Amino acid sequence: MDFFNNNILSIITFWPLVGMLVLLLIPKGSTTLIKWWANLVALSGFFVSLPLWFSFNFDDPQMQKVVNVPWIQSLGANYHVGVDGISLLLVMLTTLIGPLAVLSSWDAIQVRVKEYYAFMLLLQAGMLGVFISLDFFMFYVFWEVMLVPMYFLIGVWGGPRKLYAAIKFFLYTLVGSVLMLLGILALYFQYPSIAAMHPEISAQFGALPTFDVLALHAVGPYLPFNLQFWVFLAFFVGFAIKVPMFPFHTWLPDAHVEAPTAGSVILAAVLLKMGTYGFLRFSIPILPAATVYFVPMMITLAIIAIIYGALVAMMQPDMKKLVAYSSVSHMGFVMLGMFALNPQGLNGSIIQQINHGISTGALFLIVGIIYERRHTREIAQLGGLSNVMPAYAVVFLIMTMSSIGLPLLNGFIGEFTIMAGALQKNLWWAVAGGAGIVLGAAYMLWLYQRTMFGKLDNPANQHLKDMNWREWATLIPLIIMAFWIGLYPAPFFRALDKPVNKLVSIVQAASPAGAPQAAREIR
Amino acid sequence: MDQFFKASDLSVIGAELELALFGMIVLVLDLLFKNKRVLAYFSLAGIGWSGFLLLRLYNKVDEGAYGGALTLDPFAWFFKALFLVAAALAVAISIRYLDIERENHGEYYALILFATMGMMFMVGAMDLVTLYIGLETMAIATYILVGFLRSNPRSNEASLKYFLLGAFSSGILLYGFSLLYGIAGSTRFVIIRDALEQRSLSDPLSLMALAAVCAGMFFKIAAVPFHQWTPDAYEGAPTSITAYMSVAVKAASFAMIVRLFMIALFSLRPHWLIIMSVVSALTMTIGNIAAITQSNVKRLLAYSSISHAGYILLGLIAANQTGLIAIPIYLLVYTFTNLGAWAIIVALRRKDVIGEHIDEMSGLFFRHPVAAILMLIFLLSLAGIPPTAGFIGKYFLFAAVIETGHNVLAVIAVINAAISMYFYLRIVVAMFMQDATEKTGLDLAPGVLAVMAVAFVFTMWIGLYPDPFIAMARRAVGL
Repeated sequence: MDFFNNNILSIITFWPLVGMLVLLLIPKGSTTLIKWWANLVALSGFFVSLPLWFSFNFDDPQMQKVVNVPWIQSLGANYHVGVDGISLLLVMLTTLIGPLAVLSSWDAIQVRVKEYYAFMLLLQAGMLGVFISLDFFMFYVFWEVMLVPMYFLIGVWGGPRKLYAAIKFFLYTLVGSVLMLLGILALYFQYPSIAAMHPEISAQFGALPTFDVLALHAVGPYLPFNLQFWVFLAFFVGFAIKVPMFPFHTWLPDAHVEAPTAGSVILAAVLLKMGTYGFLRFSIPILPAATVYFVPMMITLAIIAIIYGALVAMMQPDMKKLVAYSSVSHMGFVMLGMFALNPQGLNGSIIQQINHGISTGALFLIVGIIYERRHTREIAQLGGLSNVMPAYAVVFLIMTMSSIGLPLLNGFIGEFTIMAGALQKNLWWAVAGGAGIVLGAAYMLWLYQRTMFGKLDNPANQHLKDMNWREWATLIPLIIMAFWIGLYPAPFFRALDKPVNKLVSIVQAASPAGAPQAAREIR
Repeated sequence: MDQFFKASDLSVIGAELELALFGMIVLVLDLLFKNKRVLAYFSLAGIGWSGFLLLRLYNKVDEGAYGGALTLDPFAWFFKALFLVAAALAVAISIRYLDIERENHGEYYALILFATMGMMFMVGAMDLVTLYIGLETMAIATYILVGFLRSNPRSNEASLKYFLLGAFSSGILLYGFSLLYGIAGSTRFVIIRDALEQRSLSDPLSLMALAAVCAGMFFKIAAVPFHQWTPDAYEGAPTSITAYMSVAVKAASFAMIVRLFMIALFSLRPHWLIIMSVVSALTMTIGNIAAITQSNVKRLLAYSSISHAGYILLGLIAANQTGLIAIPIYLLVYTFTNLGAWAIIVALRRKDVIGEHIDEMSGLFFRHPVAAILMLIFLLSLAGIPPTAGFIGKYFLFAAVIETGHNVLAVIAVINAAISMYFYLRIVVAMFMQDATEKTGLDLAPGVLAVMAVAFVFTMWIGLYPDPFIAMARRAVGL
């Protein structure tokens, strides 16, 4: 049991990988066995991750469950894993979404079943690895590894323009990540000179170049501004493409529309969070001075994304594309809260990441359900579906409300906290955010009205079956989560309390005006 | 000057002598055996024995054999071992291929052995004349090998082009060498280095020598703007020879460049730094952009190999510890990965199917899933995606240029790495996302399978646990 407890992060991460290797041994003809096995692996992956939540010490600001063993000694790269409250939430989100995505593919994937599930499990392992890595080299390996399965998921099982979407996704992300690699290298080589000046750092982390994220956190405040400036830009490209922030968002609608349902769910719920996680884990704490310097740019891009994403979403004739653009808008919110750089903003930003995973993931599942029945996602083809699919309409309604931030549901908590954070900094940021919320309500309600209400005049929709037990099973956990966060978000905020305060204090120390800045900027 | 020849010097070139001997025996045996496979196995045995002799020399460091003309330092040792590995793998993929082409002759194997011997002399040379003789031994053997498919006009054309341009560039190189000799009064690298240090940086004679040597060298490694011969030669040559050239000839040329520029021409570094930076950026970019439009797999990989030469030059541009380690590491990685990829291209050639067009790989996954997955891994490695070996190679190069502050070059390099993914993905798309045609298929001879397995093991091993290989490269560059 001790072994399990000490290595729980590695076990969570490599569990799907082991499951994948076993899956490769199953003959490709026995598709039922393959499906059962993949579901079993993914679901047990979730249960394996539960002890992490229960054994996590919410009052400890340090990294927990740390394992640090040498890997490539000549480079100073270690196998270093650990979680704090931020990564804990994202790991739990990943292990929750993974099995739901796998389950949702049961009927949707009919060809090349074995490879599909193999890639799904590989993807799951890659994403988890990103969130637990505390070594930059290892982080980069996982970050790149998960590109390949996602590329195949879109490229093989995607829609009509799948090849285009898949390669766009791959190349966009790759360009970002190789530039990020240069930033990582610049930090790696800068570390020794800073550590030499600060004996307390070199005593703890050594004097040699290192990829240790904690060591880089320690030298962060002392890094020269010029270096911070360029490294921030390098990281920005890598992470902003992933988020995606305006103007790097163009790959997202293509990838979402072409990807199979499960691919979209994973993409929206987890993959995009890798970008925001990158900002939280690396850009802000390692490069605090540059972070403060770039706030205006980041906020501007975030606000553009909020408004632009919402406006474009409103005009979409395709349900999936609408949800995809709503992602751009919602991720703009996440970035707005994050770069408010105060406790409310950061808390709200992280909660909103989880919320976005839940509600957008659920919306993609909902779109997938109708697509499986009608083989179209065109809004004009639908209408009045609540007459034939009442249960479906209820679930859709809950998730629509969650997405637009109705109180009692999760979206409200996130948006409210972000707005509170933004308002503390600048009234206009909050106004822009508020406009985004209004627009968000408009396009989502309009979508709901056009598809669910009205007369059922399209004969093709007359005999649609309501949700089956499997579809319920994919959505109920998300509905529970939406209500849980909406009604009792305290445990989540508690998990975030310590790491967020740490981030805020790092940034405040680097602000030119020092601590009282937050108060000063309210107009 | 030291005594020109000591009896003990013979042991330093034992591995080379043994290869030459085996090459000649192969030529004789060619007359006796109808079954040419025996000759291939015999050559493999020769390479193996040569490797064994080399292994015994592992700890013997002789800096001044033949009066200082040859050296057996860890650098030479590392590259000699690399050439032997590449030669063995190239012979292994050739056997079935030559049968299919109906050109299975003993001379083929003998020429590979001779070319390898020439490379081994090149990398040990500390003297311009020795270097040049090694270079020409390699080059002449390769000219013939490129044209080995006598009845195939493309092969003839490739050989003639390669020969004419190669001879021309050798002439330029030789002109540069003669100028260096004129400056130093000696052909020894160390003496040339001392002589160049005495002269001012803007001395026209040294500059002319540098220009001529650079032009010749850039031709040999197929750097832009001297790269035009590569696609034609690589496309026309027997595929097994293309594979051999793209790794061994390239590695030998880079070893030669490192020796020349880091020792003999080191005092001219301010000049060649600029030249190399421009050439490296151009080579990466043009190689990659030209590769995008190719639909012949051999041409595509030819252009990709041009761009790889551009990457490797980064190591020399940085010329610090990381950069110098990067060159042997990258070449080692590239040898295994690229030979793995080429082994699959070789296997595409079947009776009645030329197997060079990208369409002939479509749906390969459905016919040969394991081979397609291995090819995917090799392509990812060529593009430098972790956790494959290619990433470790690229890591060292990028780290070296960042460490020395060549930031613009670093950005150009990584953007190119991303561009290269585009055309490697074209092959992936064909293999995994298109339906198989009647032309899809592989002829997986035992030799090809063995090479694929070896390449796979090393590609993943270096990718996941590179420490032992980094240690080897460190030792090779004397760190």
